[in-house]
Amino acid sequence: MKRLNIFIILILVIFNGAAFSYSSDPKEFVLELVSDAINKLSDKSITNEEKSKYVEEIAKENVDINALGLYTLGELRKSSNKEDINKYQKTFEKYFLKSLTSRLTDYSYSKFEVTMSEQKSSNYTIVNSKIKPEDGNPEIKIDWRIYTKNPDKPLIRDLIVEGLSLARTQKEEFASILSSNNNDINSLISKLEEFLNN
Amino acid sequence: MYLKKVIPITFSALLFLGTISSANATDECFEGVSRSVFKFNMAFDDVILEPIAKGYNKLPSPIKKGTSNFTSNISTLLSIPNNILQGNFKELGNSFGSFAINSTVGIFGFLNPAEKLGLKPLKEDVGQTLGSYGIGQGCYYVLPILGPTTIRDSIGMFADTFVDPFAYVTIREKELLSISGNNIDYYSLKGTTAVDFRSDNLTNFESLEKNSIDLYSSMKSVYLQSRENKVGNSDSDQEDWDLDK
Repeated sequence: MKRLNIFIILILVIFNGAAFSYSSDPKEFVLELVSDAINKLSDKSITNEEKSKYVEEIAKENVDINALGLYTLGELRKSSNKEDINKYQKTFEKYFLKSLTSRLTDYSYSKFEVTMSEQKSSNYTIVNSKIKPEDGNPEIKIDWRIYTKNPDKPLIRDLIVEGLSLARTQKEEFASILSSNNNDINSLISKLEEFLNN
Repeated sequence: MYLKKVIPITFSALLFLGTISSANATDECFEGVSRSVFKFNMAFDDVILEPIAKGYNKLPSPIKKGTSNFTSNISTLLSIPNNILQGNFKELGNSFGSFAINSTVGIFGFLNPAEKLGLKPLKEDVGQTLGSYGIGQGCYYVLPILGPTTIRDSIGMFADTFVDPFAYVTIREKELLSISGNNIDYYSLKGTTAVDFRSDNLTNFESLEKNSIDLYSSMKSVYLQSRENKVGNSDSDQEDWDLDK
């Protein structure tokens, strides 16, 4: 019985791990991850709640949320104390996941294609892709900034949609909130919490 | 006579731009006023533009596509003088070739055979031309109805009406190659372009609105990034991402 339990646990761990484990090659990584996401999000037999849970899990595993949080904080990440940064990071992760889920479920895509990739440095590769919306609107060009410091585990750090960086947009939005609140990190945290509670 | 008007205006504008070129585009000219104008624009969008765009989106696809091609083809005319001013002769060939093919074979621009031949001209305006000369954007503000802009782009927008052949035959009421028009033609085209753009971005706007903590700042960032890319004729973000710096 004990053996069977261990076996079942092992199977669950392996299976669960494999569910969100993609290629370590940045180009393949993006292709596999997005194709998987499109299939899941367009599956009508899955409830919206299940889709949201899926997006959250896939993002936690494959997006460098921690680095994204620090980047969007701008220069304040250097001058804030550790306790505030930790509090901010926790709130930012919740905010990011809620906003990502909302953004992804707003759109429906039918065709995804990875066109090319370019290694910018040992830490970054930019993967270029095109996505065709289901509503017949024009094709959208999306570049993925992939962090490859650990070559076995690529992580997404930014999406550049038609030349517009989502991370930079977020950073500039936060900068504006901070500048109108005397660069107080707690004001930004409160705004994020407000968004989470809405 | 026309050049007598254009040259002093251009030089005055360039002198003024020289003084603002060092200003950072993220600086606001008058944020409080801009935020109020932004609110007004959002209300205008809710009541007028968005409903029209939603209605426009329900039109049969060939009509929508044809309208989009038509407005895009006419806006290519503005790229022609700007490509000359930027000394970008490859793009000049693209713009001129695309306009000539689409206006004739493409039945007044309703079809886009030029694209099938590989001609995809980049849209250029005077704001971009000034940017290509190294003139900075100056501070940022929001205009009623017209939306986000900077000092450089506002001057560029005004100068566009002097170099754009379509504006020349419509709002300036001159004749060019026996073609002439009037104010209504000009503003109808601009209005249709706005509706076409808005209809292509219904979901994008809605998503941005829903997920922004400060929509004004998000729109500002999107506008400034888009203008930077257009000036550099690039569609990739060049932001440095070194978190250890």
